[in-house]
Amino acid sequence: MIEIKNISKSFEGRDVLIDISTIFEKGKTNLIIGQSGSGKTVLLKSIVGLIEVDSGEVLFDGRDNRNMNFNEKKLLRQEIGMVFQNGALFDSLTVEENVRFPMDMFTDKTMKEKTSRLNFCLERVNIKDSNRLYPAEISGGMRKRVAIARAIALNPKYLFCDEPNSGLDPVTSILIDTLIKEITAEFDITTVINTHDMNSVMEIGDKILFISEGKKCWEGNNTQIFNTRNKKLNAFVFASPFSKKFKELRLMEDDE
Amino acid sequence: MGVFYHIGQYFLLMARVFKKPEKNSIYWRQLILEIEKLGIHSVGIVAIISVFMGGIITLQLTYNMVSPLMPSYIIGLGNRDTLILEFSSTILSLMLAGKIGSNIASEIGSMRVTEQIDSMEIMGVNSASYLILPKIVAVVFISPLLFIISVTCGLFGGLFTGPLSGVVTVATYLNGITTTFNPFYVYFSIIKTFVFGFLIATVPAYLGYYVQGGALEVGRASTKSVVNTSILILFFDLVLTQLLFK
Repeated sequence: MIEIKNISKSFEGRDVLIDISTIFEKGKTNLIIGQSGSGKTVLLKSIVGLIEVDSGEVLFDGRDNRNMNFNEKKLLRQEIGMVFQNGALFDSLTVEENVRFPMDMFTDKTMKEKTSRLNFCLERVNIKDSNRLYPAEISGGMRKRVAIARAIALNPKYLFCDEPNSGLDPVTSILIDTLIKEITAEFDITTVINTHDMNSVMEIGDKILFISEGKKCWEGNNTQIFNTRNKKLNAFVFASPFSKKFKELRLMEDDE
Repeated sequence: MGVFYHIGQYFLLMARVFKKPEKNSIYWRQLILEIEKLGIHSVGIVAIISVFMGGIITLQLTYNMVSPLMPSYIIGLGNRDTLILEFSSTILSLMLAGKIGSNIASEIGSMRVTEQIDSMEIMGVNSASYLILPKIVAVVFISPLLFIISVTCGLFGGLFTGPLSGVVTVATYLNGITTTFNPFYVYFSIIKTFVFGFLIATVPAYLGYYVQGGALEVGRASTKSVVNTSILILFFDLVLTQLLFK
């Protein structure tokens, strides 16, 4: 479980995050949604520690990363897996070297054990016959899946994904969503996903946190989002004419 | 103020770079790769430039210095001392600042803008040490070797050009390069190559590591790294010459 308490962050006097508090539960896919520039990525990077917050706390199962020394922080980070927007695979390493990298750095496993684990991770994300290819030689969807394989290589307790569906076609997006959802449940991970993708919101949003102009505007789940009367959230989620109509019908049904 | 900020940031980065590596075996592997990429791949260009420069210095000395009052062995001697004291240490380092420095800045800069460095940090890897330390060790280690290769090739360049163009005989040239040899010149230049090698690896690494933006900024960082490293090499050349020859 990850608990965020009153996080605030500003850049050069401009408030980007204002007093945000929430809880991301274990075994659930927690989504952060909001318009571009609303502060989603800053929030995600603040949680993982890439950006230092001005005030507030981030507790990983009760452990505050601000009170940790260098080595404790390093150990905590080994419990974190992160999938970046473009995958952030290492260009100079092959697919299998990318997935093996965290194991090479932090474990004393034999090569056989590491190979067995990397094959398991690659199979889990449905990557076959691409072990020796470089990131530049594989598609965007495969890159995301390799990034997920790398993120779960060390059995993380916490998985963070920054817009895992950006730049992907709808079919591949659904595959990635399903994969993340399955992995979260299978390994009992606390997963936090930063997304714009409304399909993801509807499909895998066990918990949804909506941010607008750096503030927490709404939180709930993918069932509650249909019934909310929060104007900002409705304007964001049901922006297209089709979804607007859908929402209106839904609310009419509820009123009856 | 900007200069002091960058100096401070540079030293803070170096403090991170020289922290104990996570796993020595990984660092050794990286070091070997960097020696190959930054050092071995530079041998060819160093040899070609040095052979030509050795030949050109020989011809220039002949046409501009030799007179009935000057002994002709001065050609070999002048070529040798020019190569050892300045060309193979300083000028070669300026050239390497262009070749190796831009490579380091653009490689690390690209990793920064594509979030590869962030992804290392998230894993708990000391990215500064993992990426920069092997490059520093490789360049500092390979620079004196490139200096020796350069001097050797430059002397051979003179040996081919002088007798072939008929300005000096082989015997006179060889007499020149062995006359009044001062070993201190070699020590002095090797010390310089260590310092310049450190600058060639660290200044571009610093500029690449803190790049912000996209491809355009990576290109700018690469150019800036070549300019800044070149200026620092010339500055330290001045300082070391004054300190070591005093």
